[in-house]
Amino acid sequence: MIPDMRTPRFTIPSPVARIVARLPAAPPAFVLARALDFGVGRVVSREQVAPLQGKRFALVVRDLGLAMHVESTPAGFRVARAPYAPDLTVAATLSDFIALARREEDPDTLFFARRLAVEGDTELGLVLKNLLDGIDWRTVLERIVPFPGPRRPAA
Amino acid sequence: MCPAGGLPALKAAVDHGADCVYVGFRDETNARAFAGLNFDDASLSEGIAYAHRRGRKVLVALNTFPSTAGFARWTRAVDRAAALGIDAAICADAALLDYAARTHPELRLHLSVQASATNHEAIEWYRERFGVRRAVLPRVLSLAQVEHTIARTGVEIEVFGYGSLCVMVEGRCALSSYVTGESPNCQGVCSPAKAVRWEPHANGMRTRLNGFLIDAFEGDERPGYPTLCKGRFDVGGDTYYALEEPTSLNTLDMLPELMRIGVAAIKIEGRQRSPAYVAQVTRTWRAAIDACARAPAAFVADRRWHADLDALAEGQTQTLGAYSRPWR
Repeated sequence: MIPDMRTPRFTIPSPVARIVARLPAAPPAFVLARALDFGVGRVVSREQVAPLQGKRFALVVRDLGLAMHVESTPAGFRVARAPYAPDLTVAATLSDFIALARREEDPDTLFFARRLAVEGDTELGLVLKNLLDGIDWRTVLERIVPFPGPRRPAA
Repeated sequence: MCPAGGLPALKAAVDHGADCVYVGFRDETNARAFAGLNFDDASLSEGIAYAHRRGRKVLVALNTFPSTAGFARWTRAVDRAAALGIDAAICADAALLDYAARTHPELRLHLSVQASATNHEAIEWYRERFGVRRAVLPRVLSLAQVEHTIARTGVEIEVFGYGSLCVMVEGRCALSSYVTGESPNCQGVCSPAKAVRWEPHANGMRTRLNGFLIDAFEGDERPGYPTLCKGRFDVGGDTYYALEEPTSLNTLDMLPELMRIGVAAIKIEGRQRSPAYVAQVTRTWRAAIDACARAPAAFVADRRWHADLDALAEGQTQTLGAYSRPWR
């Protein structure tokens, strides 16, 4: 029997969220901004992220009480600092974000089920969703992770 | 016939057993012209190669109605699709069908649902004039009417089997342009995202389309797509779905009947959905079609198939749409 490798649905216990909510959100947002910068040019092209330029995003992990604010600038992504109003806010639980990232869940399905909330510039949200959906991870990983190929027999 | 809004979705469809995948270019030449969705020539070329290596087909939807000023964009799209080696073009506009038939006589043509051909006379006309090989029926016919149509035309008939429903006057619906100035018929988009706002409100959410409030959801109430036809309106003091409830079509239980009457293909809606949706729906329908082909008389739709499709559906209800009209 093949074990079920799907992400289990879970909710972070609320005491954890109360603690996380008191911690500064800047370090996770900083990591997110660096990860996004790593992806531009490697995973998606600069032209593809051009529509995101100058926009501010809030990624809210509901059950973790964590809100990460990042901004797309000409110099790359950076942590957006208060006071600011996000152009787009996306909120879900940690397990739903993981399931979305692993392409086990469809964003529209989660949206219809009210498990994914999208506020602000809906078109920007759609651009972002379609940008992520359009990434062919198999090809990307083959390109950026140098797998050792089969050795050629010596001539 | 499975949908793909991008290369990963196309690969997911092929990997999970789709015989054919339908796609669109990144512009208003198709009825799902959403921001960031669809294929450029490079990704389509890769997708076609991926499908063809596995013996599957790729069709391109060029199913909007060209504006007089922009006609060349549509004819160029036909030329691009033909040059890339697609298996068929899905068109609605008579002038575009005429262009495709004259310029690319070897290119297989399908009549899009957007053409709104609901009777065999209309379908035969498209065959005689443009050599159309298959027609996709609008979702307004009962099963008996579909059977009647199939019996009277030499054109293959494709029907919708699964996916979100709307008011289903494809090719003739102006509701979206009434509120936003853009419609699927001409701009390839129903309720363009730039006109949509989801607002948190009390313990729920409100939907606005170009500033107009079209729906409000309390607590865990499930929203549908933000289209005017699925809005709730105050009519004579009652607020309700005055035009159409957010529902999904699901014809899984009808599969033996659809096969018996000679339906050539079952179309799955959803080019705007993600690769995860495409993978799940394709896997389920492949299993169902195979089971039904093996033993149509003994076919019973598996409860797990229904559960999987229920989870992906828009709205709370799944229906047989117009197919089931037992009354006369």
